[in-house]
Order: sequence, then C-alpha cells, then structure tokens
Amino acid sequence: MKRHNFKSKSKLLEWIGEKFIAINALAAVLAIFLIFIFIFKESIPLFTDSEIQEEVTVERMTFKQEWYEGRDAKYSWQPNSEVPKYSLMPLFVGTIKAALIAMLFAVPLGVGAAVYSAEFANRRMREFIKPVIEMLAGIPSVVLGFFSLIVLASFLQSTFGFVFRLNATNAGIALGVAVIPIVFTVAEDAMTTIPQSLRDAALALGATPWQVSLTVVLPAALPGIASGIVLGFGRAIGETMIVLMASGNAAIISGNFADSIRTISATIAAELAEVVFGGAHYSVLFFLGSLLFVFTFLINLGGDYILGRLKERYQGRTL
Amino acid sequence: MTKKIIIAGFILTLAAGMVAAGSSITIKGSDTLVRLGQRWAEEYMKLNQDAVIQVSGGGSGTGIAALLNGSTDVCEASRDMKEKEHKLAEQKGITPYRISVALDGIAVFLHEENAVADLTLAQLKGIYTGSVTNWKEVGGPDQRIILYGRENNSGTYAFFKEHVLDKEDYADHTQTLPGTAAVVNAVAQDKNGIGYGGLAWASGVKFAGVKVDDTSKAVLPSAESVSEGHYPISRDLYWFFNGKPTGELQKLVNWALSEEGQKISEEIGYVPLSRKKAEANMVK
Repeated sequence: MKRHNFKSKSKLLEWIGEKFIAINALAAVLAIFLIFIFIFKESIPLFTDSEIQEEVTVERMTFKQEWYEGRDAKYSWQPNSEVPKYSLMPLFVGTIKAALIAMLFAVPLGVGAAVYSAEFANRRMREFIKPVIEMLAGIPSVVLGFFSLIVLASFLQSTFGFVFRLNATNAGIALGVAVIPIVFTVAEDAMTTIPQSLRDAALALGATPWQVSLTVVLPAALPGIASGIVLGFGRAIGETMIVLMASGNAAIISGNFADSIRTISATIAAELAEVVFGGAHYSVLFFLGSLLFVFTFLINLGGDYILGRLKERYQGRTL
Repeated sequence: MTKKIIIAGFILTLAAGMVAAGSSITIKGSDTLVRLGQRWAEEYMKLNQDAVIQVSGGGSGTGIAALLNGSTDVCEASRDMKEKEHKLAEQKGITPYRISVALDGIAVFLHEENAVADLTLAQLKGIYTGSVTNWKEVGGPDQRIILYGRENNSGTYAFFKEHVLDKEDYADHTQTLPGTAAVVNAVAQDKNGIGYGGLAWASGVKFAGVKVDDTSKAVLPSAESVSEGHYPISRDLYWFFNGKPTGELQKLVNWALSEEGQKISEEIGYVPLSRKKAEANMVK
C-alpha cells in the first residue's frame, strides 16, 4: 500500500495559494504606482525640455501673466491660440467650486437620509429607502450630465434667473446627486453599527429619540460619516462627464456660483484627444492629470488621518 | 458538453468577425462632417455589399491626429492642416492628400425671439472677443450677450477664429460645447445666446444675416449663398488621405464626388460642390 505524504503536499498547495493571492493584492498596488509614474513621466518635459519651456513654465501656469504688451495681466486658459496661454488657476478654482457646491448639496441630504434610515425609519421603510438611494449610485454619470444639461439648467434658470444657463450651480447639483449615495451608504452603515446598548442607555437616562440621535449616535458615528464625506469629495473632484456637459466649460475665476466654470477633469477629457504628442499642451494636460491624482490621494490621506483622530476621540480606539 | 460547444462556437464567430472586419475602411474626424460621412458610408455599403466602413467623429483635430498616427484611412476635417501638423506628418512619413468633398457655411445662430437680425463681421468679432458685451450695442435689448462656442479641438472653432476673429482669442467666458448640435440646443434655450456652427444642423434657432461691413447687404446662409460665394463665412470640407487614394478608397471618394454622392450631401443639408469642381477633384 502506498503511503501518501499528505502533509508536504498540502503545505505546497497552501504556499502556492498564499503567494498567488498576495501577488493579486500587490498587483493592484503596483498598478496604482505604475499609472502615477506613467502620467507623471509624460509631464516631465515641462521641467526639462527647453523648447517646451519657451511656451510654458510652472511660473507662467501659476501667476497672472501679461500675455500681450500693454494689456492687463490676467489668468487665461487658451492653449490653441497664437500665443498659447496655460494658466491653471481658473481650472483649480472651477474644480473646487463644483466640488464645494456638490458637497453643500449632498452632505445634508445624505447624512439626513442616513439618520432617518438608521434611527427613525421602521424596518419596511428602511428596506425600501436604502436600496433606492443606492440605486442613485448606479446612474451613469453621462445620464446625470445629460439630465442637468437639458432639464436642470432650464429649471434653475427660470427659478433663480441666472445669467448663464450652464454654470457651477447646475453642475454642482448634478454632481451632488452623484455623491449622495456615497455619503449615505457609508454614514448609514456607520450608524447602524453603533451598539443598541448606547441608545438604550441614553433613553434610560431620559433623552428623547431626537436627543439620542443627535447627541449620542451621531457623534459616535462621526468617523464613519467623515469618511463618507471624504470619499464623496474625492468623487466630486474627479467626476468628468457631468461637469463636461453641464458647467459651460468657460475658464474664468469668479466668486459668483452662478458663473460658468471649467474643471480639470473636463479640460483633460475635452482636449487630450487632439493634442500633438509630446508638445507643450500634451505635457500640461498630463501635468494636470498628475496634479488631480496627487490631490485626490492627499484628500484620502487626510481623510484617513481625520478618521483616526475622530475614532480616538469618540470610540477610544486607535486604528 | 453542449454548453462548451456553444461557447466555443460563439468565440470562433467573434474571432472570425474580427478578422473579416480587418479589411474595413475607417473614417474619423470632424463633427461637422460626421453626419455626411455616415450617410455616404451607409449608401456606399448598400451599393457594395462587401465594403465595411466605420465612421466616427471627435473633431477635426482628433481626425488629423489619427491620420498622423496611422489609426484611420480617411480623415474628415472642416479646416486645413496647420503648420505644426504638416511638420509632424513629415516626421512620421505621412503624405497628407487633401480632397475637398463639400462646402459649408458657418451660420451664426440666434434665438428665434432675438430682435437682432443681422450682424457685420466686425460686430461678430467684437462679440466673440468680448469687447461687445451687451445686445443693445448691436441693436438689441439691454441684455448681456451669452457666448456659446466649440471646444478648442474643433475645426469649426479654428476656422471661425481665423476668419472672423482674425486669429484673436475667444473671450474667456465663452461657454464651450461638444458639438454644433449642442450649440444649437443651447442657443434655442437661451434668449440672449449667440452661437456658431455648420449650416447643416440648425433647427429651433434662426440664422443671423451676415454683412461684410455696414454698407453691404446681409446674406443669410443657405446652400445657394454658400456655393455661389455670396455668404462671407464659408469653407471647404475636406477628406485627407495618406498619399493619393487607390483601390477601395479611390472608388469611395470618386463615388462621393459623383452626382449621386453630391445629391445625397445636398439632401441632408450640406452644400454640394459644383459639377465642375467635383469632377476636377476626383482621383484619376
């Protein structure tokens, strides 16, 4: 009778299985690194190529420039002009404006819906609301962009009398609709995992249901809610299709939220298809891409840090 | 077992399909020309059963870039190639061969209820460079002019800039939209809007008559005014090839320039070339 050495056989398979899964995980991390390296590599000529530096430099991208003699210095994004102009400020301002409006719209609605769903809704209501709001996440962003271009823009213009039909508010609200499910899902999950004992204790001490929600559950769930907000903000910054269709794409800097904006993502999407490979415009667009990447990365990092501190404060945990 | 056979059969058919599609003609480029390209492709494929033609838009700039990268057979463009692009073509060993296949007028769109009916070229320039900001300066109501235009990879954008703005920049607050249809749609919904785009697209807006200067007559864009040369803002629409077209490509372009092809172009709203010009443009 043969003696099968089960031990060593299964040890080998175990080892293979482990390493295979580890490789998959590492592949994902590697992919992110490689993507960033490639994007940044294409923007390096901005710093090294002297021919490109005649057309654009970091200094010219950041500060107001007197593009023509005798005219005022200003920020201008006109890459296909006799004198190519590459000011990045209007694009930054535009991106932040859209994301800000999106968060102002999405956070109250998302967190409010989460509080209702987690605290006050009966089971049937919750089983209806949660999947429906999460369905919002399934709407393709191009559909949201189309909707805001045709319907929302006209509605907002007739209600508020905007001068520009396609503006930051229009794009911001549509972006907010895309961000709501993210904020809602994470916040709601955070609140339902708060142990019932906390709520019971507060009720036993005489708090009303509202007071329990606002003063006990919400603070305890704050790390989760904050993480949802950070994720939502990251989405709002990087979203392309909605702003491309609904924001008017005019590169201007203004404090008025009813003016058109041009975001970084829309600029890259609209212009990258036609640039001359290896030219100044090409490098600037990749530079914008890497800036977007780094910015989103920093937001997520910052969000993690805030999460850690909040968790320490409200839950006494350090991870 | 049967499931496996079905799946294998499906994959083989897909593969076969992909191999067959390898012998197709690709047409890429101008959003102004894309409707014409698609219509011509449809009709040509009806007449020639084994021809496969794929048409897509993206802008004249995109089409030219594709021609230079070798990823398309025909590039549709509503403008000529720039210096930079000619240099790049030389570097890459591509010889662009240009054939004019249709004419186009760039119409100026106004909202139907706009009191203004005509504009001079100088007024258009002032409006689009931002020096004229109110409708009352050109004879309309006291309202801010809202500018609608195209993205900077568009041939229409480039042509308008060169011929109407004399190469000056568009105003910073010009709203850029992804296609002439989007511009028309935007102007149709905005009483104070003004837009520009290819003649073939307009519905729901009115055309502005364009005057060369204060004293001349305003000309509305139409097939006749463009082909007779009366309308001030008109242009040729081109097909670019890599080298003189031969074989299938030559057949295709000669058919497009034939009476049949030009009639189709007229049916869908483009301006056909005169018979003389079309004959002259054919590839012998």
